[in-house]
Amino acid sequence: MAAQETSQSATFRHAFGNVLSFAVLLLIGVMAFSIRLFSVIKYESVIHEFDPYFNYRVTQFLTKSGVYDFWNWFDDRTWYPLGRVIGGTVYPGLTLTAGTLWWILNSINIPLSVETVCVFTAPVFSAFASWATYLLTKEIKGAGAGLTAAALLAMVPSYISRSVAGSYDNEAVAIFALIFTFYLYIKTLNTGSLFYATLNAIAYFYMVCSWGGYTFIINLIPMHVLLCIVTGRYSPRLYIAYAPLVVLGTLLAALVPVVGFNAVMTSEHFASFLVFIIIHVVALVYYIKGILTPQMFKVAVTLVVSVGMVLCVAVLAVLIALVASSPTKGWSGRSLSLLDPTYASKYIPIIASVSEHQPPTWPSYFMDINVLAFLVPAGIIACFLPLSDASSFAVLYIVTSVYFSGVMVRLMLVLAPAACIMSGIALSEAFDVFTRSIKFHLVGTTQNPQDNAGDATKVTQNDVKSEKSEDTVKERSSRKSKKDKENIEKPSLVSRVEKRLLVLPLETSVMAVFLLVLLGAFYVVHCVWAAAEAYSAPSIVLTSRSHDGLHVFDDFREAYAWLSHNTEVDDKVASWWDYGYQTTAMANRTVIVDNNTWNNTHIATVGTAMSSPEKAAWDIFNSLDVKYVLVVFGGLVGYPSDDINKFLWMVRIGGGVFPHIKEPDYLRDGQYRIDSQATPTMLNSLMYKLSYFRFVETDGRGYDRVRNTEIGKKHFKLTHFEEVFTTHHWMVRIYKLKSPRNRIRGKTKRSKSSLQKSGTSPSSKRSTRKRNPWQ
Amino acid sequence: MFTSTPTAVLIPATLFRERNCTNESTPPRSLSTLHFRIFHAFLQCLLRSRDFQIGSPDRFIITDSSIHYIAQENNGVEAVSKVLLPYPENQAKNLAFLLVTITEGKGKTKTSSDRLPVDVIHPEGMPSLTWYAVSLPKELSKGGSLTLEVKAVFTHLLTPFPEKITQADAQLVAFQDSAHYLSPYAVKVQSLTVKLPEPKVESYTKLENTKFSGSEIKYGPYENIPPFSLPTIIVHFANNKPFSVAQELVREIEVSHWGNVQVTENYNLIHAGAELKGEFSRLDYEERPHVRGASALRSLVARLPARAHSIYYRDEIGNISTSNVYSDSVKTLLEIEPRYPMFGGWRTAFTIGYGLPLQDFLFKSEGKRFLDITFGCPMNDMVIENIYVKVVLPEGSKDISVVAPFPSKETREAKLSHLDIAGRPVVVLEKKNVVPEHNQNFQVYYRFSSLSLLREPLMLVFGFLLFFVACIAYVHADLTISKSSSSYIAKLQWDEVQTAIQQFQNIMNRVLVIHNKLDASLRDLSRTGDVQACKAARKTADAFLKELTKELKPLLSFLQSSPQALHIVAKVEELVVKEKELQEKVMLKHSMVVDSYEKKSGGKDIDNRIAAVQQKITLLRQEVDDLLEVIDEI
Repeated sequence: MAAQETSQSATFRHAFGNVLSFAVLLLIGVMAFSIRLFSVIKYESVIHEFDPYFNYRVTQFLTKSGVYDFWNWFDDRTWYPLGRVIGGTVYPGLTLTAGTLWWILNSINIPLSVETVCVFTAPVFSAFASWATYLLTKEIKGAGAGLTAAALLAMVPSYISRSVAGSYDNEAVAIFALIFTFYLYIKTLNTGSLFYATLNAIAYFYMVCSWGGYTFIINLIPMHVLLCIVTGRYSPRLYIAYAPLVVLGTLLAALVPVVGFNAVMTSEHFASFLVFIIIHVVALVYYIKGILTPQMFKVAVTLVVSVGMVLCVAVLAVLIALVASSPTKGWSGRSLSLLDPTYASKYIPIIASVSEHQPPTWPSYFMDINVLAFLVPAGIIACFLPLSDASSFAVLYIVTSVYFSGVMVRLMLVLAPAACIMSGIALSEAFDVFTRSIKFHLVGTTQNPQDNAGDATKVTQNDVKSEKSEDTVKERSSRKSKKDKENIEKPSLVSRVEKRLLVLPLETSVMAVFLLVLLGAFYVVHCVWAAAEAYSAPSIVLTSRSHDGLHVFDDFREAYAWLSHNTEVDDKVASWWDYGYQTTAMANRTVIVDNNTWNNTHIATVGTAMSSPEKAAWDIFNSLDVKYVLVVFGGLVGYPSDDINKFLWMVRIGGGVFPHIKEPDYLRDGQYRIDSQATPTMLNSLMYKLSYFRFVETDGRGYDRVRNTEIGKKHFKLTHFEEVFTTHHWMVRIYKLKSPRNRIRGKTKRSKSSLQKSGTSPSSKRSTRKRNPWQ
Repeated sequence: MFTSTPTAVLIPATLFRERNCTNESTPPRSLSTLHFRIFHAFLQCLLRSRDFQIGSPDRFIITDSSIHYIAQENNGVEAVSKVLLPYPENQAKNLAFLLVTITEGKGKTKTSSDRLPVDVIHPEGMPSLTWYAVSLPKELSKGGSLTLEVKAVFTHLLTPFPEKITQADAQLVAFQDSAHYLSPYAVKVQSLTVKLPEPKVESYTKLENTKFSGSEIKYGPYENIPPFSLPTIIVHFANNKPFSVAQELVREIEVSHWGNVQVTENYNLIHAGAELKGEFSRLDYEERPHVRGASALRSLVARLPARAHSIYYRDEIGNISTSNVYSDSVKTLLEIEPRYPMFGGWRTAFTIGYGLPLQDFLFKSEGKRFLDITFGCPMNDMVIENIYVKVVLPEGSKDISVVAPFPSKETREAKLSHLDIAGRPVVVLEKKNVVPEHNQNFQVYYRFSSLSLLREPLMLVFGFLLFFVACIAYVHADLTISKSSSSYIAKLQWDEVQTAIQQFQNIMNRVLVIHNKLDASLRDLSRTGDVQACKAARKTADAFLKELTKELKPLLSFLQSSPQALHIVAKVEELVVKEKELQEKVMLKHSMVVDSYEKKSGGKDIDNRIAAVQQKITLLRQEVDDLLEVIDEI
């Protein structure tokens, strides 16, 4: 009877463990969702930053016009007069996901607005991502590690920074897709099931839909396959995991308009095809090895190798010739800047000008992954004990992502899941060792006389624990030949014996557990702080705390609302490209350039206009049908990311295309200055004038609180532009181009004054006219 | 509401000859309590003797923004059931509100009757006038007299002149009207007073008897004016109050019987004053707000009912942070600022919303429920060109009827919201030209059974139940397509093998437990020395073990026969052998210890004797455990 009881309690415990881990996962999902709501609670339910506004606008279009119109959408509100083919140049995954969510909710009569759905898409998908992490880590190192990794991922600051409520960006769903694709790959690798291989290809398709970062998958998986082959771990499972992915995945990827034939034409995908060939060769070799006797095999090898080498060399030569014939070696600029971190700053200032494309600083590692940075090495070690196909993949993933995160800040996001998986493994292994030691000691003291009795229960407990983790082994062994199975059983047996020997002293283990818990607590505190304070600001509404309470700066929306209600629907608004998406989405006005920096010349035209004197700028803008010019100015309240601070990029990008804009003209002692030391070119540039027009009258001396200096040229009048709107804190200033008739007086005045000064501006005027492509 | 007969005709003036009426010149009721810029006109008329006359009319016109009041008192109508009020076409099309009451008494003792029914009539030969016929409650007999107070509110009568001003200019408006009261009746004595919002006047038409003092222009008194006399006056004056006009207001009032009335108001606002031309300089505006931007609309105040909660103020791009709420027991004041100060011609759109406690607005009468809530918008000084009041009733409401104090276009639609199937019935009331005078309560009557309240929660419960049942069914259902496929059979066999192995493990564990028990009995023996008890334990253990061995047999034979268990059988058999060995050793140990106790040998001696056996037992036990684990992993 007692015996029955124990067995019952074992199954009960088993079931209880399942329920418990399910509950834990559910709570992790809730936590992942709720930790991202700080932005809604502290600010409001609103779309954040720049790119999300574009995605929001596309989603609105999708929900209004349907999916067919979406594919054929030619957007004439941006890149005036070129327009942009949205359907063919956008990764549609996020938009379609949110659109589908909205459609489902509305069709079951839950009338949520598109905006609400968009705001909460990212938190929902971070819950999904943490569940996917659980699945992936469970495949690699068992359920315990899976739960830990999921909990870590749910609140890793790096991921929070891109997925707070309102941060409606591609990365929000892409990270889930990335992890889930990896999970399905590992699952296929562990089971050798074609079902999972197909699912894997579909998950890869979703990833391709969602984010340009899919190239990471299509390079990492071949790398892993190659690694397995090289280390002699080739198996049919590997073949099943890889070959269908390449074939189906590439076909599916080519369905996405933005990728299209790039899926077979660009060098980013080249590695996958090469490895595809290699794996077939290897599979063939293994097959032949199986049907031939060793002697015959040797003969065959020499024959095949000699013929095969010649063929391979020929094919390779053709490929290399093809690749070398294209100027960028078949790589896109962004990928090249990943392989050669100095590439962008040398050749493509527009990529280099984006702050998230800069290499990260060391503190940002601590900020973004915190204690995980210390746990990762331990996790790598744990992955080698013992090294399996899955754990080798995890190691490869972390190594490559560490490199990429070192090149670009935004790729820290790819590192975060890897770091969480590694830390999850490390923490779970460490807890395993410590709790086992503690249990051993406790059982040893209380039940010493009953030598084996305690052991038996311990064994059953271990079984319960390990059973889940060995689930896959179970499934695998059932389908495998005997040889394979024994191979696996032996190491696991060995590791078990080893585990038993790993017993630490009681005090040490208790202390270590305590310290680990402390470490975890520190991580949690940091994450909550990061979520609440650092990453929740929507950046379109700013707040500052002063002695008299909270002060809200809502200038951006003030300006956009003004534009949207008080200008004509077809008016064109020129601004630096940062504000393009917001202007189209919030003000619904046509812009010249926006954050989709696809046309460098066009951006350079706006940059040139901003850095030209008023007359030349007026000519450029007028030729582009621009009616309003919007500048962001932080000098009054001390908002640092304003247009004057971005001015160097306008000059640099403008000068890159139109050589009459020379950067040294704007520099004094190698610096951009706007104080009395500034160069006359700088002080006469449109950007300076629009930013500081009548600024001196605010405090009498024109003190700029961002640059912490008095401005150089204080009193001046605008001849070709007139102020039509300035927001409450002067953060956004909107000017209207004067109509030609009205500015005659100013023109004559100005030409007189320019005659008095020097001949520099007329010459630049002439060259601008020539250089301006819109005339 | 307006139930008078449609056959009203122009009353021939000759019918009312030679009648004397008393002249009641009541002072006009001051409408200045309506604290905004309005163009009011009071008119007091008196009908006197001879012809049907209107005597001593005092008209007060309070000019302010786009709302205009004209109140008038007619008295002394004789043997008539209707009084006619004509208005010129340009005024009539802007007439937003017309209230006619009979007043009695003077000064503070003045009392007003209920509003009188007013009808539009179209007499022949008067194309440029619009006629309103006021039906009197009882016919005025010959010689009788009566004081009527007419309050008319017009919109859009003030035209900004000049039409475009710069930021620094003051906003000037022109107003045009007749100095005499337009009436089909002869008027005995009358006067007109135009009240201005500011004592600044650019120009005004000077007629005889015109006085300008302070912020009032007074025309008259004029005596014995014949019917239809229209000397035009124009007043051009400064009016820096912003002209806030909502081009469209959609008020949605959603009734939830769970205790909330949710009101959502979408405004589409324009400053209808003189348009801003040229630059807008924030610097000038902030430095001298009352000179540079005097006519700008800075803020609006909404007077919401008491206990309004969950108030929000936003537009399509998010929350607007410039708002304040002050509340007391009578009202809730919501002060909102648009995102930017609004100059003439500037537009904006925003939404305010608030919840109200249900019990303050929903009542029951005669088995019906009715919602009693204000019609107009809560903003005091706003003209609404088009208002749509949508009352969303809970799903399942029936017999819906609306009682409103003034005519409005009524339509029905349905709204699908949370957990709806058929949709909630929506009553849409549409009206043009709405002014604060329309801020009166209207009632929506409907039937709604309280049981319907439970429908939605029950639906949820049922839905979740279905979901769980489906889950359970899915887990238990066998969804295999082909029952004869080899993989399916293999799976079935494998399941059988697994259950067999589980039973096998179970038995093994029980055997091990028995071993432990034997051990425990030995320990008891060493403590108590009770040999008999120990022997008894041994006996029961033996019996159990035999039983278990019996149970084991069929399992083993099954496993050996099953093709799926090929690779496991070896382990299982090995385990059985080891266990047998272990069992023997344990028995041996047990009998040795019991023997020694019976021989009363010393503890040390026993230990020495069983040491070798014990070692073997430990070893075997270890092996058995390992084997069990291995099998478990399978």
